[in-house]
Amino acid sequence: MSLRIVVCVKYVPDATGDRHFAEDLTTDRDAVDGLLSELDEYAVEQALQIADGVDDAEITVLTVGPEDAKDALRKALSMGADKAVHVEDDDLHGTDALGTSLVLTKAIEKIGYDLVVCGMASTDGTMGILPAILAERLGVPQVTLLSEVGVADGKVTGRRDGDTASEQLEAALPAVVSVTDQSGEARYPSFKGIMAAKKKPVESWDLEDLDLEAGEVGLAGAWTAVQDATERPARTAGTVVKDEGEGGKQLAEFLAGQKFI
Amino acid sequence: MAEVLVYVDHVDGAVRKPTLELLTLARRIGEPVAVHLGAGVDTAAPVLAEHGAVKVLAADAPEFADYLVAPKVDALQAAYDAVSPVAVLVASSAEGKEIAARLAVRIGSGIITDAIDLEAGDEGPIATQSVFAAAFTTKSRVTKGAPVITVKPNAAAVEAAPAAGAVEQLAVTVADSSKGTKIVSRTPRESSGRPELTEAAIVVSGGRGVNGAENFPIIEGLADSLGAAVGASRAAVDAGWYPHTNQVGQTGKSVSPQLYIAAGISGAIQHRAGMQTSKTIVAINKDAEAPIFDLVDYGVVGDLFQVVPQLTEEVTSRKG
Repeated sequence: MSLRIVVCVKYVPDATGDRHFAEDLTTDRDAVDGLLSELDEYAVEQALQIADGVDDAEITVLTVGPEDAKDALRKALSMGADKAVHVEDDDLHGTDALGTSLVLTKAIEKIGYDLVVCGMASTDGTMGILPAILAERLGVPQVTLLSEVGVADGKVTGRRDGDTASEQLEAALPAVVSVTDQSGEARYPSFKGIMAAKKKPVESWDLEDLDLEAGEVGLAGAWTAVQDATERPARTAGTVVKDEGEGGKQLAEFLAGQKFI
Repeated sequence: MAEVLVYVDHVDGAVRKPTLELLTLARRIGEPVAVHLGAGVDTAAPVLAEHGAVKVLAADAPEFADYLVAPKVDALQAAYDAVSPVAVLVASSAEGKEIAARLAVRIGSGIITDAIDLEAGDEGPIATQSVFAAAFTTKSRVTKGAPVITVKPNAAAVEAAPAAGAVEQLAVTVADSSKGTKIVSRTPRESSGRPELTEAAIVVSGGRGVNGAENFPIIEGLADSLGAAVGASRAAVDAGWYPHTNQVGQTGKSVSPQLYIAAGISGAIQHRAGMQTSKTIVAINKDAEAPIFDLVDYGVVGDLFQVVPQLTEEVTSRKG
C-alpha cells in the first residue's frame, strides 16, 4: 500500500525563554530562540512508525513560518521524514489560526495526501484547534487527540483518552490525525539522520504558489485582534520555612489563617 | 435583546459546572439560549433555566454518540442558523474547542479559545486570556462574524438568575460527511469520587518527589482531608505513577483553584503553565532552590513524607 503522509509542524519560540509580544501585539519571534514545537515531535514520530508499517510511504513535513522555520523542518527531516515544504511569505506575518489553517489546507492539497498528522497543540499559541479545522476544511474525517494510532487496510484507528471515557476510533483514509504526548517518546535524530537531512529536498512556496491573496491572511486578514497584552506581575515572595519537625503543623496554621481549613 | 448561544456540556443531562459559568458570562452580553444535544434534556432544562437560559434548544440523535465531533457541529450550526446569535460560547474542553473551531469555519467567524473572562464591549465581547505560560494577560476580540469563544472553567461565578428556559426541539440533519469517524467503543473512566480537577476549589498535586505510584496515597490522603482534587506533574505521569487525566501543566490540564498545593514538584515551566494563576500557592519540596518557591505564598523546605502526613493529620483534627 502506498501512503502519502503530510506532517504539519510549527516553529515556536522556546517555552523556557522569556517570551514576549512585539509592538504590533503579535508573538515576538526574534527575542527568543525558536525550535520545532515539542508536541510536533510526537507527530513526526508517529508518522515514521506508521510509514514503517507500509510498503511504500512518503512523509512530507510542512510548515508555515518565517525564514528560521526551516530549522523545524531540518529537525523533522533528520528524524527521518523524506521531504519538506516551507510556506514563507512576508504577507503571512500576524496570521491567526484560521488563516494558518487556510494556508496549510492549500499546501496539503497541493502536496497530495492520504494521511495528515499533527501534534495536539502548539507550545506557543496552545489553542489545539488546528487539526479539527484542517479536517473541516479538507472535508475528511477528524481522528484527533490520539494516544495510540495505527494505519491498516486503508483505515486509521486510534484511542482517544477523554476526561470521562476512553474511545476507540476508526476512519477511512484520507483523514486528519492528531497525536498527544502520550503517544510515545519521539526519537532523537541520529548523526546519520542529521547528515542525510542536509541532502533532502526542501521546497519553498509563497502565497502565489497556493493561489492565495495577501488579504486572506496576515494581521489585516485575521478574524481576531489582540487589543492589549500586559505582563503578569510577578507573584510577591511568600514565606518559606525550613521543616524542623513542625513543617506540616506550620502549614496547617497558614491554611487555617487563610480560611482553607 | 440579542441572543447568545451557550453549548451545554453535560453527562446524560447532568449539567457540568463550566456550562453554568458560561450562562453567567452570556448574560453580560445578551440573553442566553442553551443548546442541549443528546439524552437528558428533561433533567438539564430546569437547571439551565434556573441559571438564566431563556430557551433550551434540544436535539437527540444516535449520531452524537456514534461519531466523533462532526455531528455535534452540524447541530450547533442548526442552532446558529435558527437563532442568529451575537456570540457562541462553548466550554474549553478538548471536544468543546474542536466543536467551536469547526463551527467558526462554517459560519465564517473568528474564534478565541481559553478565555478566562468575558465582558461586553462597544465592538463586541472582549475576552481575557492568559498566555505564554501565564506570563501575560491579553484582551482580544473577534473582528469577523458572530464571535465564537471557548471559556475555561472557573472564569466566572455560578449565579442563579431564573428565566423561562422553555425546551424547543431543534431539527438537525446529520450530514453523511459528518459520519467519517466512527466511535467503535467507549470505556467510561471510573470516578475517583473526588472533585473534577479543573473545577476544584483546592488541588493537591504530587511530582517527581513522590517517588513511586505506591506513594501517591499520601497525596490523595491530603486531598481527601481538604475535599480537594488530585493533580500530578508531567514527571510523575510520564513515570507511570498517576493517570494522564490528572496531569497539571502545558500538555495536561490548566487549573486555577483558590488553593494549589504542590508536593515534590520542582516547578518547571511545563508545570507552571498549568497552575500559576491559582489564587494561593503552597509548596513542599526538599530542594530550597526549586523554582516552585518563587511562586508560593507559603513554602516548606522539607521531606514531603514527613510534612504531608503531618499536615493531613492536622487538617483532619482541626476539621474534627
